[in-house]
Amino acid sequence: MKTQHDYLVQLEAEAIYILREVAGQFERPALLFSGGKDSICLVHLALKAFRPGKFPFPLVHVDTGHNFPEAIIYRDNLAKQIDERLIVRYVADTIQQKKLQDGKGKFPSRNGLQTYTLLDVIEEFEFDACIGGARRDEEKARAKERIFSVRDEFGQWDPKMQRPELWNIYNGKIHKGENVRIFPISNWTELDVWNYIKRENIQLPSIYFTHERECILTESGQLMNTNEFVKREETDVVVTKKVRYRTVGDMTCTAAIESEAYNVDDIITELKEARISERGATRMDDRVSEAAMEDRKKGGYF
Amino acid sequence: MDLLRFFTAGNVDDGKSTLIGRLLYDSNSISTDIIETLTRQSKTVGANTEIDLALLTDGLRAEREQGITIDVAYKYFSTSKRKFIIADTPGHIQYTRNMFTGASNADLAIILVDARNGITDQTKRHTIISAILGVPHVLVCINKMDLIDYSEEKYKQIERDYLVFAEKLNLQNIGFIPASALAGDNVVTKSEKMPWYNGLSLLEFLETVQLSETQQTDEARFQVQYVIRPQTEALHDYRGFAGKVVSGAYKKGQRVTVLPSGIESSIDKIEVNQNEVDVAETNTPVVLHLKDDVDISRGNTIVPSEFLPTTQKELTATICWMDNASYIPGQKIILQQNSFRSKAVIKDVMSKIDIHSFQALESDGTMKLNDICKVFIKTAEPISFDSYSHNRNTGAFILINENTNNTVAAGTID
Ligand SMILES: Nc1nc2c(ncn2[C@@H]2O[C@H](COP(=O)(O)OP(=O)(O)O)[C@@H](O)[C@H]2O)c(=O)[nH]1
Repeated sequence: MKTQHDYLVQLEAEAIYILREVAGQFERPALLFSGGKDSICLVHLALKAFRPGKFPFPLVHVDTGHNFPEAIIYRDNLAKQIDERLIVRYVADTIQQKKLQDGKGKFPSRNGLQTYTLLDVIEEFEFDACIGGARRDEEKARAKERIFSVRDEFGQWDPKMQRPELWNIYNGKIHKGENVRIFPISNWTELDVWNYIKRENIQLPSIYFTHERECILTESGQLMNTNEFVKREETDVVVTKKVRYRTVGDMTCTAAIESEAYNVDDIITELKEARISERGATRMDDRVSEAAMEDRKKGGYF
Repeated sequence: MDLLRFFTAGNVDDGKSTLIGRLLYDSNSISTDIIETLTRQSKTVGANTEIDLALLTDGLRAEREQGITIDVAYKYFSTSKRKFIIADTPGHIQYTRNMFTGASNADLAIILVDARNGITDQTKRHTIISAILGVPHVLVCINKMDLIDYSEEKYKQIERDYLVFAEKLNLQNIGFIPASALAGDNVVTKSEKMPWYNGLSLLEFLETVQLSETQQTDEARFQVQYVIRPQTEALHDYRGFAGKVVSGAYKKGQRVTVLPSGIESSIDKIEVNQNEVDVAETNTPVVLHLKDDVDISRGNTIVPSEFLPTTQKELTATICWMDNASYIPGQKIILQQNSFRSKAVIKDVMSKIDIHSFQALESDGTMKLNDICKVFIKTAEPISFDSYSHNRNTGAFILINENTNNTVAAGTID
């Protein structure tokens, strides 16, 4: 923290620089806010980038209806506390309007459907830039994504057509109808995020910390939350464990991990020892296919 | 703990992916589920070791099909000493632009050489790109030492050949390491197979290489990214210039000049995260306030009055053409230098640089993908800059095609 070489200082400076570039280059940006730790960090960074001014963008949440209640309460409180505009759009509405098929199976996921709602909200407000909390260390396909990632009218990402991105020079010039996804914390790892949360004393939704929870133990050994969206069966192995979440996605497809981590320090210790990647530990949907993420991104997923 | 950004360059099959995989694997940076996936994939690909470390760094499906890296992939790992960001760049000549990209903000280049082949055209090209982009450290990693029986003699010969070639390039720091990425010799730990080598292992080198000399200059530079004007009752007159100190330091009370207007004022207040500070060092995101009510907008430069950068409407630069479409003479472009943008036009393609010899060749006025040329550019608005060799932050720019909006070139100012 003392020297300017400190990596958190550098990562923070880079993220603030990127956020200010968004403000300077775009007319109608938005910050996609999920209530998860990464987007909470983005809000924190935006406070540093723009206060005492207001954010030059609203917070936008695509609510799948399967979110953890703790994350939703956190979201609403935060928006109130920092007095910034929050726009919420519901996947359930999109399903109705577009007569889409809701997620199926035992753990019905709305992850794919989320894309429709996202593209709709982009169109509704004519957003030209959407800031997101994705990190390159999350997944191999993301490792090559630019910080300013241009999407066509259909929200699609073309890994072959990416603009070269050099130094700290970000080219956000686009045609009407296109938009740019912007990832200010691209260069952060999961551990960096936690070290930053600790350094900045950022408050998080309680599900990140250990608590007792009733879960279904799946055949592959994952602990899935029991909730009204999960199709319960007699053969379900139901256990009550001390768990926490590493990511806060849909309740239906985000697995909990057994943990004794009561606070941020515990989590940092746990992560240093943990040898399972964030997505590997918690996301059912990425296991389906090796190129799953790449395919979803090409289709406009964040 | 500090941060080192490096990029890796080499020919296809020199062992770059294996080396990075080895660094990540031996430094415990890979999680078990990824190792499992890799073990599965390694079987499909038919790799000859139990796990093909090279698979760690190939992301996209197209690459899996072709078996080569086609874009810059970023990888992260850290040890107790440092955090590392690796830009893994493809080595083929048709990906020169990607290497340019990966090298642009690197503190260090790892240039891989296959010990059996010695210095090749590609080695030269990668070194020249590092030189053009002013990468402060070049580390030549002579790989596959196991295939030349760990021969000191052959290693020394490669080292000599390289130094002869690099002499005219003005590289700041050059280091050499003999290694076997496959066997792990001198990658993370020192190898017993090369007792004649007294230097550090690759990781030890990366952990200890001095970063302070990456600071080229003390001259303070700052560009306005965004003007903060809350326009609320309480903050009615608040007008702060948000941006980053890109080099040097700014002090409260200091005399400054706003460019391109040339108007002088002094710093009234420096804010960092809403706290007032007396001094703001390099790399700090700040909000500057000036004593006088000067008209300032995004892209303007605020600098100490005693250290002015060049401000004019023309410049000569070395650029790498990055667009698939070739340059059309007279083509209208936009020049972007950090947050400054101006319409511009390339008036003259003065020479083309031979990427294997660093010779300036006569130009026929054309530029196509991956060409590196000396050009003369005119801008519509005056641009404030330093030479790239003096300041990497204010001497670099990109060129944007006005019609396609693509980034078509990247340049360093003479
Ligand atoms: N014998 C030997 N083989 C190596 C070494 N490093 C890499 N290889 C092999 O060389 C081939 C190409 O390696 P790879 O890492 O894919 O090269 P890249 O194209 O530069 O990324 C693979 O078959 C590796 O197993 C080494 O140090 N010694």
